[in-house]
Amino acid sequence: MTLQRSPDAFSADAGKTPTFEQSAKVSLADTQLRRNLGKATQTIRAKRAAAVEEMPDWERLREAGRALKERVTRHLDEYLLRLEESVTRAGGHVHWARDAEESNRIIAGIAKAHDAEEVVKVKSIATDETKLNEYLEGEGITAHETDLAELIIQLAGETSSHILVPAIHKNRAEIRELFKEKLGARGLSDDPSDLTNAARLYLREKFLKAKVGISGANFAVAETGTVCVVESEGNGRMCTTLPPVLVTLMGIEKVIPAWRDYEVFMQLLPRSSTAERMNPYTSFWTGVSRESGDGPNEFHLVLLDNGRTGVLADERGRQALSCIRCSACLNVCPVYERTGGHAYNSVYPGPIGAILTPQLVGIGKPGPDSLPYASSLCGACYEVCPVKINIPEVLIHLRGRVTRHKQDGGGLKGRLDPENAAMKTMARVFSDRKLYEGAQKAARVGQWPLARDGAIGRLPGRLAGWTESRDLKAIPKQTFREWWKARNGSPENGSA
Amino acid sequence: MSTAREEILRRVRRATRDVPEGERPEDVAVERGYRKEDDAPREEVVARFAERVAEYKAEVRRVKEADLPEAIGENLKERAIERLIVPPGLPEEWLPGGVEVLRDDEERRLTNEELDRSDGALTGCSLGIAQTGTIVLDAGEAQGRRALTLLPDYHLCVVREDQVVGLVPEAFARLEETVKGEGRAVTFISGPSATSDIELNRVEGVHGPRTLEVLISG
Repeated sequence: MTLQRSPDAFSADAGKTPTFEQSAKVSLADTQLRRNLGKATQTIRAKRAAAVEEMPDWERLREAGRALKERVTRHLDEYLLRLEESVTRAGGHVHWARDAEESNRIIAGIAKAHDAEEVVKVKSIATDETKLNEYLEGEGITAHETDLAELIIQLAGETSSHILVPAIHKNRAEIRELFKEKLGARGLSDDPSDLTNAARLYLREKFLKAKVGISGANFAVAETGTVCVVESEGNGRMCTTLPPVLVTLMGIEKVIPAWRDYEVFMQLLPRSSTAERMNPYTSFWTGVSRESGDGPNEFHLVLLDNGRTGVLADERGRQALSCIRCSACLNVCPVYERTGGHAYNSVYPGPIGAILTPQLVGIGKPGPDSLPYASSLCGACYEVCPVKINIPEVLIHLRGRVTRHKQDGGGLKGRLDPENAAMKTMARVFSDRKLYEGAQKAARVGQWPLARDGAIGRLPGRLAGWTESRDLKAIPKQTFREWWKARNGSPENGSA
Repeated sequence: MSTAREEILRRVRRATRDVPEGERPEDVAVERGYRKEDDAPREEVVARFAERVAEYKAEVRRVKEADLPEAIGENLKERAIERLIVPPGLPEEWLPGGVEVLRDDEERRLTNEELDRSDGALTGCSLGIAQTGTIVLDAGEAQGRRALTLLPDYHLCVVREDQVVGLVPEAFARLEETVKGEGRAVTFISGPSATSDIELNRVEGVHGPRTLEVLISG
């Protein structure tokens, strides 16, 4: 049943992750995926534009969102300490996890302390990043995904292809077959409402039985300790309300300063994400409310680093930590629209993933290193980003870091790399006039087997990629300097 | 204390060495130039609220306060609600005859199974937001614990006209005291639960109440 899965950027064998180019070829050949994606991204794009159009103060909200996130990133230590204090004061427990392993250990430990063999989960990309479900399975604990799309891909043994609509690559007929097989649902039609009802019945029992619920967090307020989950289906409300124990995993960058700041983010997120004025359900909770019996009587908040402090250390790249996971940049990206999420081999796909993934896992792994190149730098992502992350700027910055890493950090292999060697030679030739003029002459002579009618249609060897879809202009018989010299005598004496 | 905590804090401080020593968080300017209050006339704000709640496929009716009990009775009858969940603090006169009332109170809290087996819940609310058609519950008077409005398949919510605010920032300002004081949980409800996970076709009603009805009284 398990589909063959290539390692992703956050798995143990992340170094073996294929490059974007390799994976994109596979995705592009999948016509069903491309049809689903095309429909989905176009629909959401148009809806988002309409939802934003309605807001006369959208640009001012974006600016406030950007500035609040900047304030947090510059003073993250202080806000984390305030958050810890507030959550503890409200009766919750705060845990700190340096990496995925530590976070998984903490969460499994809490589940075991309550003899939970099953836990219910509301969609959380952070737990995808830490591979929590696999870890729990190894500890004998079954994690039930309760988001419809997450349930679909969990039952299919697949991975998400979109932050917001993870099963965007599956159609109704495929889902019906899956539910028939895995949920034992009989007489099921392929009507989406029928399929949804089958999931409702199956999961209701899980919600009522579960001793432990696990969630991510969209935001957590330092001032009050109020954590928030933004969702549509009600599974988030179920997971954060019904089980007696709630564990929330959040990246350290998700903290926001004050309760009032929700007024900014709760306007930016729904419209950017699902293109709605407001998403159906948002839960805000502050520690535990034992006296009123409302919700869990035990709450644990796990603060996860897992590479985030590495991102923070890059002054230019740290703006990626402002991301509120709306997925607007995915839906407008001409590259994502064609390849889908799987080609990025990361739990964070699309333009934001292309800047977040390589920074989180560190430069120097071929797969993640290829992501900053998965862009035409058209800038559409920057334009729609609700917190104004300048994604193209960071993409270019990271391309530079990847290249420098290859040059400096690559050792002997780096020095022998043909691209590096070619660039080094070129730098020398371009900095010396005699060498440069010599090279021009040599190229003029050397191109004769390739040039036809002033154009080169196909370059040999590793250069062939350049001419795959365009001609290269042949080097002319005379350079400008030669022409000038012939016309006016020596260029130094020319009257310019 | 825990070494993970110390190490993460140390990493954060090292990563932000470029931030000048004396800079405080408040020194990073945040321009709040967005709209804070709706200056439209009250009637317009309430009308917008009604219109936008309805756009989420929730049934909305505006009734006079005096007619509220009758209207509640009509809604419940139409949906054939027999076992009704009632939170503490709900006005007694709202309760129609002919339904079995299941009260959730401190002495006797309803179990999740009882809530699951009921037909619906009748509550008030904390606020309504016109801009987004959102109903806000804060576990206060006439609203009760979150589970009461989550497990039943039907939710009838009464919103008084004076509870409706114009814009999202007005709502967060009004809720500030509740959150900072008692730390009660807050839930935003904008239409019935929904999913678009299957081929982006919107399906109303996944895990919460599949039917949401709203009576605006004033």
